[in-house]
Amino acid sequence: MRKITSILIFFFIAINCYSQENTLPSVLVKTLEGNSFNIQNISNKNNPIVISFWATWCKPCKKELNNIAEVYEEWQDETNVKLIAISIDDARSVSKVAPYVNASDWEYEIYLDSNGDLKRALGVSTVPHTFLLNNKKQIIWQHKGYIDGDEEKLFEKIKEITNK
Amino acid sequence: MKKLFILIFTLSFNIISFAQNNSGQFYGDFDLNMQTYSEDRSIGAEEADEILLNNAYLNINYRKGNLYTGLRYESYLNALLDFDKEYQGNGIAYKYLTYKIDNLEITAGNYYDQIGSGLIFRSYENKRLGIDNSMDGVRLKYFPLRGLELKSFIGKSRTYFSYSDGIIRGVDINLSINDIFEKKLKDIKTKIILGQGIVSRYQKDNNPKFNLPQNVAAYSTRVTINYGKWKYFGEFATKLNDPIGALTIEENNYAKGSGIINSITYSKRGLGISAEMHRVDHMEFRSVRTVSKEYIINYIPALSKQHTYTLLGLYPCATQSEGEFGMQFDVFYKIKKGTLLGGKYGTKISLNFSRINGLSGGNSFLNDSINHTPAFISIKDEELYFSDLNIEIYKKINRKLRSNFVLASQYYNKDVLEGKTRGTYGIVKSIIGVVDVQYRIKKGHTIKIELQELLTEQGDGAWSMGLLEYTISPNWFFAIQDMYNWGNKDSEKQLHYANYDFGYIKGATRIAVGYGKKRAGIFCVGGVCKEVPSSNGFNLSISTSF
Repeated sequence: MRKITSILIFFFIAINCYSQENTLPSVLVKTLEGNSFNIQNISNKNNPIVISFWATWCKPCKKELNNIAEVYEEWQDETNVKLIAISIDDARSVSKVAPYVNASDWEYEIYLDSNGDLKRALGVSTVPHTFLLNNKKQIIWQHKGYIDGDEEKLFEKIKEITNK
Repeated sequence: MKKLFILIFTLSFNIISFAQNNSGQFYGDFDLNMQTYSEDRSIGAEEADEILLNNAYLNINYRKGNLYTGLRYESYLNALLDFDKEYQGNGIAYKYLTYKIDNLEITAGNYYDQIGSGLIFRSYENKRLGIDNSMDGVRLKYFPLRGLELKSFIGKSRTYFSYSDGIIRGVDINLSINDIFEKKLKDIKTKIILGQGIVSRYQKDNNPKFNLPQNVAAYSTRVTINYGKWKYFGEFATKLNDPIGALTIEENNYAKGSGIINSITYSKRGLGISAEMHRVDHMEFRSVRTVSKEYIINYIPALSKQHTYTLLGLYPCATQSEGEFGMQFDVFYKIKKGTLLGGKYGTKISLNFSRINGLSGGNSFLNDSINHTPAFISIKDEELYFSDLNIEIYKKINRKLRSNFVLASQYYNKDVLEGKTRGTYGIVKSIIGVVDVQYRIKKGHTIKIELQELLTEQGDGAWSMGLLEYTISPNWFFAIQDMYNWGNKDSEKQLHYANYDFGYIKGATRIAVGYGKKRAGIFCVGGVCKEVPSSNGFNLSISTSF
């Protein structure tokens, strides 16, 4: 028991020592066609990237991505931001991802994380969960959940990066 | 063993963290769920002896160069009432070290993985269901060339705070034909991915009466074909005989199991269609030779829509892995804006139908002694397990007002899906309607009203539900909801289940406090279900990611 406690204390000290910006870990996800893709290879030509974890069964996730879809063009014009939506649908609903995405007219880049490898690697416990990456692909902001209007806060953060 | 691991762990941290200034990176999350339990005889809620129960998890992942490591500390003091009592106490229940270089990945410790869609093997976690069958052992992934992926693993499967007797081994190969023959096939529009997996369990046969197989294998072949806007996925699995070996019965069961999953999808801008079919026969695969839910190491997804509105999910479908045949169809369609039905913003419609029934003459397991093989396709005359026909229409009326409507008709075989004796309850036929309207009052302020109605003569009778939610972006939410079982035939059970919740969110931290009554029932995620007891009390949940 004492060992466990000491390990935990050690972790927290370590975390406090290193508060540098995280980059993405090397984790394989799948494309909609079923091929493997290393998430470290995402790119947006030195412009900000938003990574949003979602699922076809998650109401607030779809609300978030649908609301952003309405303003996505304006966001891109102003900041060149790219949104990458990572579906955590497992075998039960994964075949519905492409039909749903296409029917909804989303312009996002979509990947599948059916085994939850990326989700676990980034400490995502619930969806929706949104990350903002700067031009060096460093995670500079993250947000849990979605309530109406949250996309405005996200856009402010994106603009902060691009105006720097 | 445990001490050794902790020692290696701590050592490796010391080396990697302090040897260089160019430091590594931490990711993680923390979750805490606390609930008080007061007695409420009317709903059958019991008081907990402890008054207050608590589940908490801390995940920490560390990465430095090619080395990845992490652990999860789990605390159940004591476990919430809807969790199994076997979850008791504290401990590091998950720990791993992974080394990744370009085409090789080695993991020692715990890992989660699956073969194909999980028909023969899936180790995963779902906190809300209390499922965690993580593997403890070694895993190797090797990518010798583009389009070829090899995986092998060995280990023991977790059940609560211990590991199974059975040793689980597996290999899997995944071939992307178009990547391997890139030059030859670059103009070919059809893209094919093939996969083959085998998993095997070893457990010593110490049964004096029967000659039980010590090694039990299951294997599956899968195919993915992409052709323009079309996609097909199929997986075909077989499980070899896995008799349980009870000494009390004269005969033992040596039947094989099988499983098939198929899906075809078509999608283009504004339209998506998906058709799925599956058939499973005696396909439950466990980490030990025991018939018990907590040892399951494969996953057969339920073939029905995973609803999010409460009353639509009141009678949820659960996979009968011992035998069922089912199909499901989905249509997602967006009526263009500027048309008569589309209006100014367009209208979204989703249509879903699913139907699941038993196999002809029962499954292979039941009929091992008479050498019975159920017909491959059996729909019409078989016992209905579940069916759901529903339509959802989403309409944005103006910049401030949005609405969503759902209408559903469901058949729920309560006896089969809840494991009761045939004829106890029969089939619950219900019609469900949902109206969900939200209005944006001013910047960041939104009010949402949800009204739901479930009409049925069977089961607990009719239910109504109302929800009022007020959110202030980006930080606050408040919600009041009430479920009312007004149609219950027993007038003493015509009860209200009211809940009050509010919460605060900042960045990746969420704190929520609630008070209310929860009804006893079946709670499902992904077609995997658990029974939850009724409860009455306060709850607090804190979760944060870093």
